[in-house]
Amino acid sequence: MNASLFVLALMDGVSYAALLFLVALGLTLIFGVMRVLNVAHGSLYAWGGYFAATLGLAITSLTLPPWLALPALLVAAIVIGGLLGTVLELTLLRRILDKDPILQLLVTFAAFMVLEDLQRLIWGVQPVFVSGVVDQLGTLEVAGVTYTRYQLLVLPAVAIAAFVGLRWFLGRTALGRQVTAVTHHREVATAMGVNTGRVMWLTMALGGMLGALGGALASPTTSFTPGIGADMMVLSFAVVATAGLGQIGGAALAALLIGLARSFAVYLMPELEVLMPYLIMVLVLLVRPEGLFSTVAARRI
Amino acid sequence: MASNRIVLVAGALLAAVVAVTAAAPWLKTPVLLALANGLAVCGVIVLIRAGQVSFGHAMFASLAGYGVAFMGRAWQLDALLLIALGTLGAALAGALIGLFMVRYRGIFFGMLNLAFSMVLFSVLGKFGHVTGGTDGLRFDRPTFAGQTLERAGFETALLALALVLALAAGWVVMRYFASANGQALAAIKTNETRLEYLGISAKRVFWGGYVLSATLCGLGGSVFALTQGLVTPEMGYWVRSGEIVFIAILGGSGHALGAFIGAFVFEFVKLYAAALLTGAWQMVLGLVLIVMVFVAPTGIFGLLSRRLAGAGASR
Amino acid sequence: MKRTLLKSLALAAATWALGHGSALAQDKPAELKIGITTFTSGAASVFGVPAKAAAEMLIEDINKAGGIGGLKVVPTFIDEGIGGDKMLSEYRRLVQEQGVRTMLASISSGNCNIIAPVAEDLKVLNVMWDCGTEKILEAKRYQYVVRTQANATTEMVATVLYLMKHRPDFKTVAVVNQDYAWGRDSWEIFINTLKVFKPDVRVVAEMFPKLGASDFSTEISRLQALRPDVVLNTSWGGDLDTFVRQAGQRGLFRGNTTFVMPLLESSLERLGAAVPEGIVAGARGDHYWAHPETASDPRHKDFVARFKAKTGANPIYPAYHMAQALFGLKAGYEAAIKANGGKWPAPEQVAAAMRTLKFKAFGREISMREDGQGLEAQLLGVTKRDPRYPFAVIDQMVLVPAELVTTPVGQQSGNWVKSINPALAKVLTTSQFQTHAFK
Repeated sequence: MNASLFVLALMDGVSYAALLFLVALGLTLIFGVMRVLNVAHGSLYAWGGYFAATLGLAITSLTLPPWLALPALLVAAIVIGGLLGTVLELTLLRRILDKDPILQLLVTFAAFMVLEDLQRLIWGVQPVFVSGVVDQLGTLEVAGVTYTRYQLLVLPAVAIAAFVGLRWFLGRTALGRQVTAVTHHREVATAMGVNTGRVMWLTMALGGMLGALGGALASPTTSFTPGIGADMMVLSFAVVATAGLGQIGGAALAALLIGLARSFAVYLMPELEVLMPYLIMVLVLLVRPEGLFSTVAARRI
Repeated sequence: MASNRIVLVAGALLAAVVAVTAAAPWLKTPVLLALANGLAVCGVIVLIRAGQVSFGHAMFASLAGYGVAFMGRAWQLDALLLIALGTLGAALAGALIGLFMVRYRGIFFGMLNLAFSMVLFSVLGKFGHVTGGTDGLRFDRPTFAGQTLERAGFETALLALALVLALAAGWVVMRYFASANGQALAAIKTNETRLEYLGISAKRVFWGGYVLSATLCGLGGSVFALTQGLVTPEMGYWVRSGEIVFIAILGGSGHALGAFIGAFVFEFVKLYAAALLTGAWQMVLGLVLIVMVFVAPTGIFGLLSRRLAGAGASR
Repeated sequence: MKRTLLKSLALAAATWALGHGSALAQDKPAELKIGITTFTSGAASVFGVPAKAAAEMLIEDINKAGGIGGLKVVPTFIDEGIGGDKMLSEYRRLVQEQGVRTMLASISSGNCNIIAPVAEDLKVLNVMWDCGTEKILEAKRYQYVVRTQANATTEMVATVLYLMKHRPDFKTVAVVNQDYAWGRDSWEIFINTLKVFKPDVRVVAEMFPKLGASDFSTEISRLQALRPDVVLNTSWGGDLDTFVRQAGQRGLFRGNTTFVMPLLESSLERLGAAVPEGIVAGARGDHYWAHPETASDPRHKDFVARFKAKTGANPIYPAYHMAQALFGLKAGYEAAIKANGGKWPAPEQVAAAMRTLKFKAFGREISMREDGQGLEAQLLGVTKRDPRYPFAVIDQMVLVPAELVTTPVGQQSGNWVKSINPALAKVLTTSQFQTHAFK
């Protein structure tokens, strides 16, 4: 494989990883705080994408200025992700916190089933695609291959911004520190006077927004059809499991690892492309069951 | 619930199944599918007893099903032999994978199972020259106990066999739960460390339970394959594994009878919801599950046993 | 294989003799119930929903004109999207519980594979109205199963011929197909046929992204780096939409590569301005609302107008396939009734009648063969932008006659395409291959 193909594979891997990272970020955040694996997260991705497409169509049909398209994606994600996250938290997650972990998983699985059908009832079965944003930003050439500026610049930029923003929020703001405290030990945090109910609602809303953001950013370049939520769910899960549940920095590296593995596979061994994320997940989990970056926790007897 | 009551309920269900399928022959297929599902669910309730849930157990059903398809196409074996070999294959796979799997608990156990099942799913879909790809493998109807049967006769024979297998599986699972190994398995959920203090290897007990669960899933997968005459990678998709766990909770994860009750309810709701409310059956089932988790976490079987126990106690 | 073929022929002959020997008149039912399987959920519903709309419209027409054989047609729709096993249960329920003897199934080749032997077992007439797999009718001689449209071999061989007419000198070819039976098989037929005419063509890349993939950027990068002369893409639905849009965004269409998309017709309206000019487009048969020979036919115009009023878009190939199946069914029943002396025919009589039928839907006449396979001309063309429409249209249309490009009765496609005589290429300059402009 020569140098230029290497660079190409690198570029493709990075932009794919950016999307994966955003979705996985939401998932791992929710798990960290609530200790529940939100199987409905894939649906948040799908809803984010569909809603962003609807907003995009509204912008063109109301002949609003086209530069609104990019901010519209962000707005769409914030609105629908926050809304769905809040609804899920209030109606379901809040009430299952002390139940059997199996039941918790199943409730989010049931929520996934409901959201999938609702999505189909609302947006139908035809593929949905609104690409104005990408066309506006134009293209640039790398190693003789044309990439869209959106894919090469916007996606990684948003992913990095989300990462840095989240780190800053968790590390430097009071509310963020409360979230971190609840992640470490919910009971002690409550004993210390942290309003854990509010923290959990906030986390769920934030996690939902991140998942929906992944979908919203994917919508200008991808056709959204029924079933896209289920596929993204298991992929983001692979990222989160590889990184270690609750690990934010690790999720970035795991997303890069999986994104690059996939894109290199397309160039070198195309038949293995689909396998790569799960193969990596199996290998990592066999060696380090808690994920690559998890911290060692003392065992409580 | 007293054991003779259980026998009564099981007997009543059995009679109902026989009567209904005799009256409406087209019902044989959904009943067979429900029984196949029920067998897989029995496998999952073994794991639930240990407090663990696997989001990948459909892979054992898938392995067995593909084994049946391969052998049916290559060697035209008898149906009974196919079921036996398919199940054996799943058991062996379970034994092998179990060797790694038993070191994990909780969410990591669930995740690793999921990972394995998705690798299998991707492989089955990709290597189409061998596995038939995403369209799957078809195989012709085999002989049954040496007899070449027409479709109607074959299905009746398969149904009878499936009923026998279901009863046997249910009995085996309940005996296992009552046995020393089964009790030790339950201890993994409550307090694994104390189990080790007793000198019992939790890993070995768990391994035994894992192999049993894989075998039951394999049995279900073989029956499924023979009913359809077709196996597809979808048999092993993660949503399928989730449905199996769903049914376990819906029916009641404490007793094998719950597994079958849940499987029948699931199958028929899906069939009629799909016919009447095309496009909303998943939502209906999802809402049902949420209600069940809050109202009746011990499942339909739990509700039933409370009812019947209450009736008995008030005498 | 020859032995199996002889055995099946003998069996078919024996059954036919037996069938004709016994009294075949059935009691005339009160109405003609038919079952139709189609995708109303899932990715393939982009085909299934328009087809259902066409079925409802056309059945209403047929009933207004007196029905089939004087009987009202009553359809029941089964959603293929509920999964192969559930669909099979529904199919059998319709046959065994509700006594339906005529079925139209299916869109998915996988489902056709499941259903064909079941229909034969249950002794119901099964018309394969949309699935393209050639393997079913080639593997075995069926008595109850027929197909009122072409198959994958016809479609892909016609595509090769059109490509050679459109761009005779190309040296390299690449493929990006969905990774499942259709994607793999269509490539096999295409490249094996191509090698007959161009033995030294070079395949520079074979990429099979999974069905439902949402991101083709890596595949597009690779194509840009390799710059092949021809790229084949037999994808449909969301996959094709995504590929076309992503390729357009990345400027993949600006180079010297000719893209060949045999299923593009069904995506043209949806994709709108995203489709550039110069793509070789197919329609899985001679279907197009602007068909060069039948666009001004009043019956066709009326169908297009009413379809558009009902669904908001022009009809696409699944709607036309449904029309072919319904018209073929009607013609088959009428022929069978006549042959049966006016009495209501049994399913096997209708199937037998359909195997010698010639009928017309909204394109050229379709003739049915003794093995149940329909001979349907193939429409291929090149995309062009027309200021009157917000979407691309097909120009330079050629109607490839089916007889030239369909596997003969009794042969397997895999072998036949490799044995095509390269001299067939001479037909490209004859009047059979004349180009029609879009009007």
